[in-house]
Amino acid sequence: MSILIDEKSRILVQGITGKEGLFHSEQMRKYGSNIVAGTAPGKGGGWVLESKVPVFDSVAHAIDATGADCSVIFVPARSASDAILESVAAGIELIICITEGIPIMDMLMIKAYMQRSHSRLIGPNSPGILSPGRSKAGIIPGNIAIEGNVGVISRSGTLTYEVVYALKNSSLGVSTCVGIGGDPIIGTTFKDALVMFEGDPQTEYIIMIGEIGGDDEEEAAKVVFSHMSKPVFAYVAGESAPPEKRMGHAGAIIEKGVGSAQSKIEALGKAGVGMAHHPEEFPTLILDLEHKKRGDQ
Amino acid sequence: MRLHEYQAKLIFSKHGIPIPQGRLASTPGEAKQIAEEIGLPVVLKAQVLSGGRGKAGGVRLVKTMQEVQVEASRILSSQIKDFPVRKLLVDKGVEIRQEIYLGIVSDRSKGQPVIIACGDGGIDIEIIASRTPERIIKTWIDPLIGLRSYQARELANEIDLQKEYWKEFQQIAMSLWQIFQTYDATMAEINPLVINNEGKFLALDAKLSIDDNALMRQRDFLELRDLSAESPEEAEARKFDLSYVKLNGNIGCLVNGAGLAMATMDTIKKCGGEPANFLDIGGGANSEKVSAALMIILSDPKVRSVLINIFGGITRCDEVARGILIALQEVYMRVPLIVRLVGTNAEEGIEILKGQDQITATTLLEAAQLAVTKASGEEI
Repeated sequence: MSILIDEKSRILVQGITGKEGLFHSEQMRKYGSNIVAGTAPGKGGGWVLESKVPVFDSVAHAIDATGADCSVIFVPARSASDAILESVAAGIELIICITEGIPIMDMLMIKAYMQRSHSRLIGPNSPGILSPGRSKAGIIPGNIAIEGNVGVISRSGTLTYEVVYALKNSSLGVSTCVGIGGDPIIGTTFKDALVMFEGDPQTEYIIMIGEIGGDDEEEAAKVVFSHMSKPVFAYVAGESAPPEKRMGHAGAIIEKGVGSAQSKIEALGKAGVGMAHHPEEFPTLILDLEHKKRGDQ
Repeated sequence: MRLHEYQAKLIFSKHGIPIPQGRLASTPGEAKQIAEEIGLPVVLKAQVLSGGRGKAGGVRLVKTMQEVQVEASRILSSQIKDFPVRKLLVDKGVEIRQEIYLGIVSDRSKGQPVIIACGDGGIDIEIIASRTPERIIKTWIDPLIGLRSYQARELANEIDLQKEYWKEFQQIAMSLWQIFQTYDATMAEINPLVINNEGKFLALDAKLSIDDNALMRQRDFLELRDLSAESPEEAEARKFDLSYVKLNGNIGCLVNGAGLAMATMDTIKKCGGEPANFLDIGGGANSEKVSAALMIILSDPKVRSVLINIFGGITRCDEVARGILIALQEVYMRVPLIVRLVGTNAEEGIEILKGQDQITATTLLEAAQLAVTKASGEEI
């Protein structure tokens, strides 16, 4: 098993005729993801990807015709919040927003609106989800990870690739890798994903890749302490970042004393999370624990 | 994007929040003229985009015309935390009966806007929060229905405001929410909001920050951007759509991805070095971006080595290597260059860079150690 997506996920790509949308839809299809439809307002009736994927004018039409249950959003920031709301209104279960640059006010409204729905939002500003060997929904390169028992949750893109690639080089695989996104207001948080991994039989270890800004890692630490039986490891980026400066991601900023790496590292450490001192240390931490476990048996 | 006090006050006033009589001056002479018009005493306030302005001597209450001249020229020739003061707000002095704090921010944890009020204003809300947290009253706002009158009244009640002031306080709170929402603010703050000795409310200070992501639909603010508050490097980086923050160390970093860029800085620090900058070249880095980034890094005279750390995912390492190659022809590399390429087509990338004056590293730790050693001038 995996969490959130697998080979049965029926993926819809919003903004499939755009440059990014088309390129990554092709990559997803090559990986084996089940892309059943795309949307592009005004271009309904057309076909893309060697005429194998139908294009619809709206998410509702796409669901009616194909039974899509997961949507990946590539539309530009200007219309991305509308794309999320369209998917929520149409009843899509899992919405993954890759788009970076959505205004905070829009996200605040979307969060409030989504409380009345059954949809789950990943992102925005997320690299997407990869369940190696099963499906990928988003832009995480498929070749950097193998299937395995490590669940990965992260706020960043390339740093996550770095970690799963290091795991692969040590023959460690991933159950699902979830990019929760680098924005200040996001749908699914660390603690939500932790709980999902706790319930997933394939996942035996969990890696969290956090960064400065907000208190999502501190909140996650509470969940680790009270709910998690599986070992959790973490790395927090930005120990050397100055306060009050945005470090690339809209959400990566230490504001008024809140969101420092030190505070997160301390909270996670206290909750029993195994802290990696640098991103390449995860394989060693996991292999050491595996050896210990075997030794105990 | 943060606005200057005078810019925020104009917006607040447009939305019905009373502000003191006052105007902007660029010279001591102008300051004097304004003071003559509005009458003494006046408050001279440096317009800079940094906190701690009062402590740094950027705010003065003056009671004579001679003082206006002296203090205005002093403030206008001063620097506050590296920012030269170019403009001065001359506000009419106010006799104060009560000071209140009122602000709205987005609460990241709850994913909701929150309005914060306190019966003691005039000092930093963080200081109040640490001294007397029970005095701070917070009310969360449902963004779909907005701030409601009853919530504003409750705030007035909880900060122990006398009932005769409730109505006006409520109107100011509602206006502040309207401003927060209309202009995509990340913070709208009045500190202090005062009641003067005639029983009238006045916003003595005004802070307004606009969400950078919303500037695409808040285009009027682009003209208000104070470019003098930006370093030349940051301005150059903005032109090339590079995410850059200048730091104090001597090891330049060029990385793809914000998280990885931070991790690279952290690893340099763990190896005993100091990063000179944060720089994310973003996805699909082409040679133009790579050379612009290298030039920005090298324009810092403190830089003693440069570390390029690229994880090829969708971005292919051979493409990036070609970018580095072109950049190396355009830019004079006056310091050692350490390159780490990992992921998609990394071998091809390393092959392309062979013969160039650079050092190749395999792991991030190794790359960081090399960069630190080279920066300190030691031979390896």
